[in-house]
Amino acid sequence: MSVTEMFSYIQGFLSADQDIREDIRKVVQGLEQTAREILTLLQSVHQTSGFKEIPSKCTKARELFCTVRTHISDLKTKFPVEQYYRFHEHWRFVLQRLVFLAAFVVYLETEVLVAREEVAQILGIEVVREKGFHLDVEDYLAGVLNMASELSRLAVNSVTAGDYTRPLRISNFINELDSGFRLLNLKNDPLRKRYDGLKYDVKKIEEVVYDLSIRGLATEPQEAGGDK
Amino acid sequence: MNKREGEACPRRRKNDGTPFKSEDSDVPSPVLSAFKVFQQELDVKHDKHERLVKLSRDITIESKRSIFLLHRVTSVPNVEVVLVEADTKLDAVREKIGQVAEELRGEDLYQFHRAFTPGIQEYVEAVSFQHFIRHRSLISLEEINARLVFIKEGKGCEGHAPDTTVLTFQVTPTDYLLGVADLTGELMRMCISSVGNGDMDTPFQLSQFLRQIHDGFAYIGNTGPYEVSKKLHTLRQSLAKVEDACYTLRVRGSEIPKHMLADVFSSRAALMDTDEGVA
Repeated sequence: MSVTEMFSYIQGFLSADQDIREDIRKVVQGLEQTAREILTLLQSVHQTSGFKEIPSKCTKARELFCTVRTHISDLKTKFPVEQYYRFHEHWRFVLQRLVFLAAFVVYLETEVLVAREEVAQILGIEVVREKGFHLDVEDYLAGVLNMASELSRLAVNSVTAGDYTRPLRISNFINELDSGFRLLNLKNDPLRKRYDGLKYDVKKIEEVVYDLSIRGLATEPQEAGGDK
Repeated sequence: MNKREGEACPRRRKNDGTPFKSEDSDVPSPVLSAFKVFQQELDVKHDKHERLVKLSRDITIESKRSIFLLHRVTSVPNVEVVLVEADTKLDAVREKIGQVAEELRGEDLYQFHRAFTPGIQEYVEAVSFQHFIRHRSLISLEEINARLVFIKEGKGCEGHAPDTTVLTFQVTPTDYLLGVADLTGELMRMCISSVGNGDMDTPFQLSQFLRQIHDGFAYIGNTGPYEVSKKLHTLRQSLAKVEDACYTLRVRGSEIPKHMLADVFSSRAALMDTDEGVA
């Protein structure tokens, strides 16, 4: 095989690769659009009026996740499934955001941490790599960390809205999350960087809880007294 | 209502003096047990990554040594001896690549690609250098991949293939391309040292070959990955040096006595080495 032939073979490979990436980018754009819509929808829970509407917002968000599922099933057709990580970068960000949104919806509904299996189900994807388009564990964790920041914000805003019990519940939740993350041996990677931000979220919520408890606004004020 | 709700949800605070109860703290919560699973999963992944990085380093070092060995062809009378020796060295490298293939069995090649890509590029460089010395042509991607088929004496863990399993390792076109780009640097070096030994043909063959490769890269242009365009710059420099050398040979080869030509080039080579330190 001559040098020229070899290079034209490689060139053929590279342009085929680019075509796939182009296709993926198009689908991912649609996915990002839907993710933004869900985010906008959920952002209204931070408003004073939004607190009463949380269940209805969650229902609406769940409806939008149907669109997400169609987009993702479209995405699955764009590349061979065993090459997931070759193109991973293209949808990594949006997938993390979708995990965050799904986790946030589930938290608002039931106040528990969404399981990875459940996120995968909401997004219409698999949990293990062998079965097809799946949710990488690092992406799941990154999405959960994003939710932690959102919850620390929610804690502040729920006080403004006059809901004094929610921060306490959020505080418990975040603390549990924090001890969960402490179990992980993270390398010096993007996930680790995101995790390093978690302590600020924890701190923020603790401040809110503190403010509430010294003013006797927290639940069971007699208990706070008894603890001293 | 609020009070009851606050009571009902599980409190899991460490004893940091906050006014919360910590009930059922001895029972592992679903969150913590989920994170234990994640911990295991991540650790397995990181361990595999580390093993691959180590293998990649070994592959790099061994390939570099083969390249150094191959550079001796310009100064020894019997080229074949050196080539055979390089073959045994490269066999050792291939064995290492076999271990990489073993690690990657059932995995997504691209998930760990970053861990072993430097080693593979170096291997491509070494093997293509040897191929060039032997055949004066560019080794193709298929030829490289054809030699990376490993037959493993399996422990029968696969079930259906109780004794031997065939493992293949596929060099990606991008790794191949980057390896070939590195090859040009070695060729430039070989060109300069062959002049030093009074070999007047090799430089011209080399400059022609390098030009072909350069044209190939120009053809690919910026459709390739980012690293390719970075290497293109170095490639241009190498080509310029070789073309310069050929020019000097043509112009002054007839004037300067052969034994003095070496001096002309050794001073040039010294100049080039300082160049490379910067690059």
